[in-house]
Amino acid sequence: MSKIRVLVGTKKGAFILTADGKRQQWEVSGPHFAGWELYHLKGSPVDANRLYASQTSGWFGQLIQRSDDGGNTWNTPDGEPLPAPGEFPKGESNKFVYEGAAGTHKWYDGTQHPWEFKRIWHLEPSLTDPDTVYAGAEDAAIFKTTDGGKTWKELPGLRAAKGNLWQPGAGGMAVHTILLDPRNVNRIFVAISAAGAFRTDDGGQTWKPINRGLKSNYELPDPDAEVGHCVHRIAMHPSRPEVLFMQKHWDVLRTDNAGELWADVGDGLPSDFGFPIDVHAHEPETIYVVPIKSDSEHFPPDGKLRVYRSKTGGHEWEALTQGLPQKNCYVNVLRDAMCVDQLDPCGIYFGTTGGQVYGSADGGNSWNAIVRDLPAVLSVEVQTLP
Amino acid sequence: MIRVVLPFHLRNLARVDSEVALEVVSPVTVGAVLDALEARFPVLRGTMRDHGTLKRRPFIRFFACKEDLSLEPPDIQLPAGVLSGAEPFLIVGAMAGG
Repeated sequence: MSKIRVLVGTKKGAFILTADGKRQQWEVSGPHFAGWELYHLKGSPVDANRLYASQTSGWFGQLIQRSDDGGNTWNTPDGEPLPAPGEFPKGESNKFVYEGAAGTHKWYDGTQHPWEFKRIWHLEPSLTDPDTVYAGAEDAAIFKTTDGGKTWKELPGLRAAKGNLWQPGAGGMAVHTILLDPRNVNRIFVAISAAGAFRTDDGGQTWKPINRGLKSNYELPDPDAEVGHCVHRIAMHPSRPEVLFMQKHWDVLRTDNAGELWADVGDGLPSDFGFPIDVHAHEPETIYVVPIKSDSEHFPPDGKLRVYRSKTGGHEWEALTQGLPQKNCYVNVLRDAMCVDQLDPCGIYFGTTGGQVYGSADGGNSWNAIVRDLPAVLSVEVQTLP
Repeated sequence: MIRVVLPFHLRNLARVDSEVALEVVSPVTVGAVLDALEARFPVLRGTMRDHGTLKRRPFIRFFACKEDLSLEPPDIQLPAGVLSGAEPFLIVGAMAGG
């Protein structure tokens, strides 16, 4: 029988939740890296035991952790062995340095401000090679390793896509979403808070903004600007990599041509503000969002935690409420905190800032709290194991 | 030998459970101690000072003999009490406040 492993990053450590394919009885391990912020953990699609984690701290900066045994043990990728006395240390696995002159981006006061590395928000392992991983950084940039996380190099072409015009919002300016096209190794999509969505078709050398159709009436002086839109999340079904779904600051949108043009599909939602969006594992037109009241009030409308599902790729939405709190609920669900497994029926998981991780083993029809009292959840990823 | 006390999380990263004793080539400055510490524990590179610029991370503090050396240049020599081993060099995570 298949097994499910859910990787949960929180404000105070990582947790690993495991169950068999029925997804009824769960075991919880953790906290791993207790006391640290674990922005994101993700497993390699080609080696389920190879996990990567972004461990970060306002005090001590960024570390990358790697497990080669499914999360039982962890190491910084080049932390071992220690160098001999007098030997210059390697210590490169947490070295994220912008390529060349770091350059500047737009600052809050309108001046240009130097790029400053703060943390890794998202790790996206390659679809074909367990040693290759992309990392999304704040301040916004994309880095790549091809040696299992020992060393990282920036793909600076992303910041060349009008990076001087990007301006951080209150939540910072980070590459938080990285989507790899399963049919075209050279095509990658990224999304950046307060900058927009971008695409490369040459393996990351050059990038272009793909924000046509996005409208930011209250966030930007030019609502149709080429860059500057606060994209919260984009999602893809692997069978149709040219179709993307987006949860923007406000608005839920889709594109059918790899981002050349986006269309709003959020009509019918109680609020089209939110953070995560994801696609059913076996139904490419079935998508999920968690409406949040507004950019000023980051909690569910009416105190009701509702996942909304569209089986038609947008426009028509149904509230999924069974098993979710329908009164006095004022948690948020962050952008990297929702995911789907590969079983049939498809499992959906999401974590909240209140420390709950909810799971559905029936495509969202009903939900159960797998855990209720973790630290605030930053990210949720799932692995479907044989 | 220079005695160095690390904060909880850096002790965990370095896999040490008490203070660290370091051989540091003279002149024994703040920068030289950090160099020696990172040479012994590569995992600490980037956790106390920035990789590229080697600037102290904003919420890391350096104390010695009841003095705050955090804002001093990295080539400042450590006090005699630290050099003799009577006092440790303290690397501290700043108070979170709140």
